[in-house]
Amino acid sequence: MKIKESKKKHQNRIVISVLVFTFIIYNYFVYSSGTENLAPKLSKEAISGQILWQENNCWTCHQLYGLGGYLGPDLTNIMSNPVKGENYVKGFINSGVKSMPKFNFTEKEKNQIVAFLRAVDKTGYFPDYQANLQPNGWVEINYKSANSTNYQPKK
Amino acid sequence: MHNVAPSSKNKFSIQFILLSLFALILGSFFGILAGFQYIIPDFLKELLPFTKMRPFHDSTVISWIILAATGSIYFVLANIEGLTIHSSKLTKIHFYLFLLLGLIIYISIGSGYMGGREYVTFMPILIIPILFGWILFGYNYFKTVLNQVKNWPVYYWMWGTGIVFMIFHLAEAHFWFSYYFRENFVRDLTVQWKSYGSFVGSWNQLVYGLSIYIMAKIKKDDNVGRGKLPFFFYFLGLTNLMFGWAHHTYIIPTQPWIRYVAYGISMTEWIILGYMIYSWKKSLSEEKKEANTLAYRFLMAADLWIFINLILALLISIPIINFFSHGTHITVAHSMGTTIGINTTILLAALFYIASRIDIHFKDNLKQLLSGFYIFNSSLMVFFGALIAAGLKKSEWMYFSKNIPFAEMKINLANNYYVFLIAGIVMFIGILMLTTPLIKVFIKAYNTAVKA
Repeated sequence: MKIKESKKKHQNRIVISVLVFTFIIYNYFVYSSGTENLAPKLSKEAISGQILWQENNCWTCHQLYGLGGYLGPDLTNIMSNPVKGENYVKGFINSGVKSMPKFNFTEKEKNQIVAFLRAVDKTGYFPDYQANLQPNGWVEINYKSANSTNYQPKK
Repeated sequence: MHNVAPSSKNKFSIQFILLSLFALILGSFFGILAGFQYIIPDFLKELLPFTKMRPFHDSTVISWIILAATGSIYFVLANIEGLTIHSSKLTKIHFYLFLLLGLIIYISIGSGYMGGREYVTFMPILIIPILFGWILFGYNYFKTVLNQVKNWPVYYWMWGTGIVFMIFHLAEAHFWFSYYFRENFVRDLTVQWKSYGSFVGSWNQLVYGLSIYIMAKIKKDDNVGRGKLPFFFYFLGLTNLMFGWAHHTYIIPTQPWIRYVAYGISMTEWIILGYMIYSWKKSLSEEKKEANTLAYRFLMAADLWIFINLILALLISIPIINFFSHGTHITVAHSMGTTIGINTTILLAALFYIASRIDIHFKDNLKQLLSGFYIFNSSLMVFFGALIAAGLKKSEWMYFSKNIPFAEMKINLANNYYVFLIAGIVMFIGILMLTTPLIKVFIKAYNTAVKA
């Protein structure tokens, strides 16, 4: 009985060790090549904009790549949208309309938020209206080329 | 089944449990107020705008899950398993540290001095004492069980795993402190959501471990937590925790292999606990079901919610369905279904089991508790349905409509929001009916423990 228990314990340790080892390798690739992309790195101004985005909890209502809150619209591609863009964003953020709090961003801060949203826009598309939906259930998404300002209108 | 006499050794576990119950009530209340803001945009806008209300709600309900699981684990180790907790002083420090952190997080959100991200909104520096608290818990847990228990049943493995991975993934959620992650937005967002998926997987290890523990105790059969099958499912759950997070990020432009791995792995997760509860239910005698009516009913309800969420999770993990459901309220239905339907239901089962061990007269409240049970579950079903319907409408707006502005789409969702809010209020009433008798039992037990 004791030999059986000891064997089981040993087997459990082997399985956990194999899983943890695979997990370490997997994380290495997720943190490096798995998340490499063509978009330029965030500039200092864009990172300042991202800090403002976090400090003011913009994510509670807005989404980037469909991730965030649902009270406001997704802003992934707002900068490349020909009917929205920089002036629309700058005009909106201090307006305090409907549920949106009335912020008091300075011109410099507005520029930083715009720089952040512009950097996000350069990374890809959401919604990806031109994604390739395959009959086997797989979806091939579109990647943006470096510094692309392309906008995907609804089909 | 003998009663557990409250003594000084269960004082801190009861404090954790009491704090968790207050967090459940308060967190649900914040949820209702946030629901009002969906319908009346100006509601409390000056005092508590949605940018504060949602973090209050998220932080408080996450605290409910963490504190209830922690308190229940400490309680069963010391009082039902009869183990000597390695250091009561560390348990005390753990409790007061988390209590203090809770207050600081509230001040941080209330004053608008935050800076964190979704679900971890608080001042980012607070992650250091939070991680310290988890390390204390892990140290105390492993020192307690390694020295006193040979041949661990599966739930001991699950609790240990949950604590260790919680520490790693909470830290991972803050990798954005490093410029290496931060300056690459795709990497930053992917790692952020990887950590969220996995720390939910980590607390699931704590919660599911408790459910298997209660099943074993109700059935009075230690084999529920032993043998090849429980361990097979445990390893499958662990594989999901490690590699099955990426269905949240299918649409982020990462390399395709990340999505292939996630798609393959995420198909398996929800079978795990459902199968175990199903097999347990089949083999349980009527007499044992009767003796544990409430804990049993809650585990059965969790079983139902697992199967409902299994279907939803499987569907939204298929890339082509995920493509249309992502960024809609269907994702919210999935998270509410799992945190309320599964996590909360299992944790309430654990607390009812503990309460019935502390106080044999606890069943005197059976009528109120059963009404609360039905109100809670039926309103959750309506709440869940309203979110699915809202998600379908939003998806239709996103992909199949033209020239309808966002504001108009929101107006079209108003009926769903009304149903969602009313169901939320009724659910809150159900939660009050269930938690007030529990609070009374635990306060009484705490007072006895202090005097002992």
